[in-house]
Amino acid sequence: MTTYLLTGARPLGGDPTDVLLADGVVAALGAQARRAGGDAHVVEADGLVLLPGLVDLHTHLREPGREDAETVESGTRAAALGGFTAVHAMANTTPTQDTAGVVEQVWRLGRDAGWCDVHPVGAVTVGLAGERLAELSAMARSAAAVRVFSDDGRCVHDPVVMRRALEYVKAFDGVVAQHAQEPRLTEGAQMHEGVVSAELGLTGWPSVAEEAIVARDVLLAEHVGSRLHVLHLSTAGSVEIVRWAKARGIDVTAEVTPHHLMLTDERARGYDPRFKVNPPLRTAEDVEAVREGLADGTIDTVGTDHAPHAREDKDCEWAAAAFGMTGLETALSVVQAVMVDTGRMTWVDVARVMSSAPARIGRLTGQGRPIAPGEPANLTLVDPAARRVVVPEQQATASVNSPFAGQELPGSVVATFLRGRATVLDGALVEQGARV
Amino acid sequence: MRHLLSAADLDRDEAVLVLDTAGQMAATQAREIKKLPTLRGRTVVNLFFEDSTRTRISFETAAKRLSADVINFSAKGSSVSKGESLKDTALTLQAMGADAVVIRHQASGAPHTLAYSGWTHGAVVNAGDGMHQHPTQALLDAYTLRRHLVGDGGRADATGRDLAGVHVAIVGDVLHSRVARSNVQLLRTLGARVTLVAPPTLVPVGVHSWPAEVSYDLDEVLATGPDAVMMLRVQRERMSSAGGGFFPSPLEYTRGYGLDARRLAVLPDHAVVLHPGPMNRGLEISADAADSPRAVIVEQVANGVAVRMAVLYLLLAGGEPGARTGDGQGRTHVRTDETRAHA
Ligand SMILES: [Zn+2]
Repeated sequence: MTTYLLTGARPLGGDPTDVLLADGVVAALGAQARRAGGDAHVVEADGLVLLPGLVDLHTHLREPGREDAETVESGTRAAALGGFTAVHAMANTTPTQDTAGVVEQVWRLGRDAGWCDVHPVGAVTVGLAGERLAELSAMARSAAAVRVFSDDGRCVHDPVVMRRALEYVKAFDGVVAQHAQEPRLTEGAQMHEGVVSAELGLTGWPSVAEEAIVARDVLLAEHVGSRLHVLHLSTAGSVEIVRWAKARGIDVTAEVTPHHLMLTDERARGYDPRFKVNPPLRTAEDVEAVREGLADGTIDTVGTDHAPHAREDKDCEWAAAAFGMTGLETALSVVQAVMVDTGRMTWVDVARVMSSAPARIGRLTGQGRPIAPGEPANLTLVDPAARRVVVPEQQATASVNSPFAGQELPGSVVATFLRGRATVLDGALVEQGARV
Repeated sequence: MRHLLSAADLDRDEAVLVLDTAGQMAATQAREIKKLPTLRGRTVVNLFFEDSTRTRISFETAAKRLSADVINFSAKGSSVSKGESLKDTALTLQAMGADAVVIRHQASGAPHTLAYSGWTHGAVVNAGDGMHQHPTQALLDAYTLRRHLVGDGGRADATGRDLAGVHVAIVGDVLHSRVARSNVQLLRTLGARVTLVAPPTLVPVGVHSWPAEVSYDLDEVLATGPDAVMMLRVQRERMSSAGGGFFPSPLEYTRGYGLDARRLAVLPDHAVVLHPGPMNRGLEISADAADSPRAVIVEQVANGVAVRMAVLYLLLAGGEPGARTGDGQGRTHVRTDETRAHA
């Protein structure tokens, strides 16, 4: 296996140092790394920020079932280019990831592709129907070792089913990740309910439909003493509820997407379906609240909710278009733009919200670790000074529904290492044949 | 103006120009030979994804009176369930050389998507999209209001005038109404004052940003003496209180928001009553109110043709000198400002 010497890299944005990667781990730092790295492949990293490999709790890889939108192979290539060394693949595939067999299939596809670790998310209920619990234990004990369970795309709405799920996953230290959406309050919803929806004549998705479920679920989690993860929260009210729940000692974690950190419902003007997403883009006040929540630790993680769609599912009128945006290849840049470059967060914070916290929530032992000798060499090297214009057609994801198309974003991933092996070097994928 | 997608596309002068042009068009319609050669050789497609015989016939009549070739394309059913998608249909129309597409669609924003997707190069006229806009309805309403309320109460020429000082109450299902959305914008552009009247369940969240007042009490608003009352159609499927209906019963709705003879009698003498049709007699409007001399509902239909002629004329005839060669008959009777027509 190639050893790599990263010269002058700045771990977590700190002082420049040399970092030696050998045998799948961080072998040495500083002068020791330089001494030991005599025949290593040198990666000039002056001024580049070294982060633990990014971990996504919220990726849609679409395989099996919608390989025209994304495959495990194309999605994990995108992940590697985005700096990710592990992703959680959401359960809403066809067939649904609601049995040990399907989660193992997805897990194997990820392992064989080799671009990053793929951790399938298990469905909470059979077929995401919200009625009967899926065989959560079988999925947990399968080769995929599932710890995160979610009906994402659908809300586990029935309070009894939600309670049972929260209770049941305690047996294997699982977590229920809820897509908080009160279904009756969001029937026919097309975008955030407010000034813009009223004007555009699109049926509204009110903030309270999210907040009511978040509030209910934190109380259920408290009652049964279990772990709850709130997926892609999007409103100021949800941030407040999570803040309250944490202050009360409830074991709740929360996630925000890059698009909810940057974009508002004003983007719906023009009816461009690239901006149609669930939960919908909210108001400027909500964006401010989620930024603040992420900075102060109320929100634990950034999850991409990478949701690729086939072209025909977005190349149509707004009402007919699918919900969702791609996000793996732009996530870090968006976080840099809205949190780091604005002085709200440091790179230490970025490592927390994009790596160690999601790894902890997903109970991944080899990810999100400190950059220290002996730790697994899952690493991401970032050039914060770079700027680039997003061109979806040039991305690795099989879909082009990026809300940032044509937009200039700061930062770029120069290299990604998965257990010491480079999946990305000089900003390009290191193809299979070149692997050592 | 390249398309007419929303009442917000028009500024005050453009809106007045459409109304003035409609006036000229209406004048030609009093002649023995109603047909003008203005759009000869042009193709107008009526693309209706949602049933509306009244609106389709109005646009069809308008286009034919301007000598355009008219193709009626009815893509009934849901475009949301794939099959005949809006895109495929638009590409077909493009291949057929449509100069203008008049589109009615159940999805808000579909005309906008059609206009800016590159699927068609023709002018797009929104003939009603979901809960969003119905700009020609607002224009015909404004035209009707101007005829009755401006220029010495309709006795003098109102050409060039807007609706400054006119107070219009729009009553009923504002939430789902593209007619209300279009009218609020256009009436405001034309200087009128608008009061929306509806039960709170039928007022959109976000209405506070609209240039209109909101009231839940029809009698209170009528007592202020509005110059016009515009009744909105109530969709029958919204009535039931079962399953989250918007009001408890038809009777309760009628009591609160129906226009009947008693309420009609409260209005000032000059006030007029409008309704976009088709009416639910006995629900939002009583038979005697609908048939009273104040009701200008039948006239709205006739004005609709003149307004739509004006819109098609301004969109299609402006930039093409060739379109008005020949006997010049159409031109003589249609006075228009060329730079405006290009705007
Ligand atoms: Zn979701």
